[in-house]
Amino acid sequence: MIRLALAYLADRPLTSALNVLLLAISVAMLVLLLQFSSQAEERFERDIAGIDLVVGAKGSPLQLILSSVFHVDSPTGNIPVESIDLLRRDPAVARVVPLALGDNFDGFRIVGTDAGFAGLYDLKLAEGRSFAAPMEAVLGADVARQTGAKLGQKFIGSHGLGDDPQGDQGHDHAPFTTVGILAPSGTVADRLILTSVESVWAVHGIGHDHDHDHDHDHKTGHDHAHGHDHDHHKHHAHDDHDHDHDHAAPSLASPAAPAPLQASGSGLEPEFTALLVTYRNASAAIRLPAMINRQTALQSAVPATETARLIELIGASLAGIKVFAWLLAATGGLAIFVALLAALRAREGDLALLRVMGASRAQVFGTMLLEGVITAAAGAVLGWLAAHGLMALAAARFATLADLGFSPFQFHSGEIALVAGVLGIGALAALIPAIRIYQLDPARVMARSL
Amino acid sequence: MGKAYAGRPVLDDVSFTLDAGERLLLLGPSGSGKSTLLNIICALARPDRGEVRLGDELLAAPSGAGRGDALRRAHIAIIFQGLRLVSALSVWGNLALAQRLQTGRSDPGAIAVLLERLGLGHRADARPHELSQGEAQRAAIARALVVRPQLLIADEPTSALDHANAKVVAELLDELAREAGASLLVATHDDRLTSHFPRQLRLDSGRLAA
Repeated sequence: MIRLALAYLADRPLTSALNVLLLAISVAMLVLLLQFSSQAEERFERDIAGIDLVVGAKGSPLQLILSSVFHVDSPTGNIPVESIDLLRRDPAVARVVPLALGDNFDGFRIVGTDAGFAGLYDLKLAEGRSFAAPMEAVLGADVARQTGAKLGQKFIGSHGLGDDPQGDQGHDHAPFTTVGILAPSGTVADRLILTSVESVWAVHGIGHDHDHDHDHDHKTGHDHAHGHDHDHHKHHAHDDHDHDHDHAAPSLASPAAPAPLQASGSGLEPEFTALLVTYRNASAAIRLPAMINRQTALQSAVPATETARLIELIGASLAGIKVFAWLLAATGGLAIFVALLAALRAREGDLALLRVMGASRAQVFGTMLLEGVITAAAGAVLGWLAAHGLMALAAARFATLADLGFSPFQFHSGEIALVAGVLGIGALAALIPAIRIYQLDPARVMARSL
Repeated sequence: MGKAYAGRPVLDDVSFTLDAGERLLLLGPSGSGKSTLLNIICALARPDRGEVRLGDELLAAPSGAGRGDALRRAHIAIIFQGLRLVSALSVWGNLALAQRLQTGRSDPGAIAVLLERLGLGHRADARPHELSQGEAQRAAIARALVVRPQLLIADEPTSALDHANAKVVAELLDELAREAGASLLVATHDDRLTSHFPRQLRLDSGRLAA
């Protein structure tokens, strides 16, 4: 009966092909939407990792999260280095990881940080060692793969965060040396270049003295960075203070040895772009954000909240496309229904003949139903292949997608449900014609021809 | 047996037997009741009175009793006036389908032999609309015979054929039924076939003429 159903489909190739195409387009759209949203959510979750709170300059909380956690937007500004003390002193805080952004190499962000960053993502070295001395850098797995950088090679960072055409001014005077390459982690770290905070400062002529008090007077408010985000000429307004820095960025290799940092005589003050905070206990979640936001220069943003908001924003746009795709699938079902109904009259004689020749009611019913299901299955398979093929093409064509961890061959359990749904549409579309065939009285039809 | 539609008798006291391997020509003009008689013999309709038996088994009865469907599937093959080849299938596909419906599987060897025997070996992949009238007629005969029936029924098998082709078809039916050991019942209004059948019955206004 499958052969007969296939033969009937092949007998009207244009109609069958159009019906398959309609369903294939809808399935491809739905698979792409599913993959996009699920992979984006997975990626968000991986990148948030152990970050409970991000502290940065006042501005858009979403921008702060995008720039400091996902590394895809400009930072909201810079914050004074003293901010880290506020958090590290808090017993409810387990870990504070500083970030100093501002430069890129070949489009990959150079992130000044400390050993805590590796702890956030459980990063492992594939080659070499962690940064220790100034101007030493560890490359993320994708950075190393795409730039072809090897251990010991030097590179020069450029102003800007890699997505700014104006930021192409190189720091020729301060080259970095690659001392390590990270193993792939499937997180944002794969496409980052990690170095010490001091190295980032040094590139920009911001010196710091160990065991040296500094007393700076910040005169202007924070700045929403453009191009060169680490703008050290403008500072956040905060009270004058005079204290020892005991929170400098230790290297990946020596997390337990924080080195105090101080501004040297360059006139520029060292600053962080953001601080990534991990709580020790849940009580911090209630108290800390409010406490941070009371600081005139600081704002806190909860990655989980902002990501949920982002997903909600994206989801609202995707929902419209999803409705359209399901409408397309329904149209495909309707087209199958119309095609089968149109074929019904011509088919009656054939199927009545089959009944006379010995086919059961269930068999002729099944033949009709199979036509709908086979059409839907062909559409589903074609659409599914097209979606993954397009994803593979896109990943090959746009390196950014691969950089973001977008995998064309990752399968989602929802795809099975989706295919089942489309098969259901095919079966439903064929149901009424199949029922009419089931109710057919073969004797009456055949008697007309005897 | 007897049969009436809307109170008007179509078959009245029709009674005859067809022996195993016998060939019978049922003659009669349009409206004589031939088609109704064939419908009842094929268990596609019930008689109002009397019954039809295939060997010892009840094939059709007024009550609907009997194993009409099963017996027809297993033992009866029909060549329809309109031929009724499945248009979506090739000649080979039509024969294979008939076998599968009867036994659940197809026998490619038997199909190939029969198609060669009927001069259709080279047309096995052709679709019905690609066949000439004569080829289509032979394909319909092949489909009927490929299931090795005990009873082969043909309804107006020569109505669309010229004299020469009608003669060929009549001889072929006779020959193939004989080879298969099947009884053959041909219903027609075509007097050209009388010379091919030793036994003939004439149906007139629903009654068998002497």
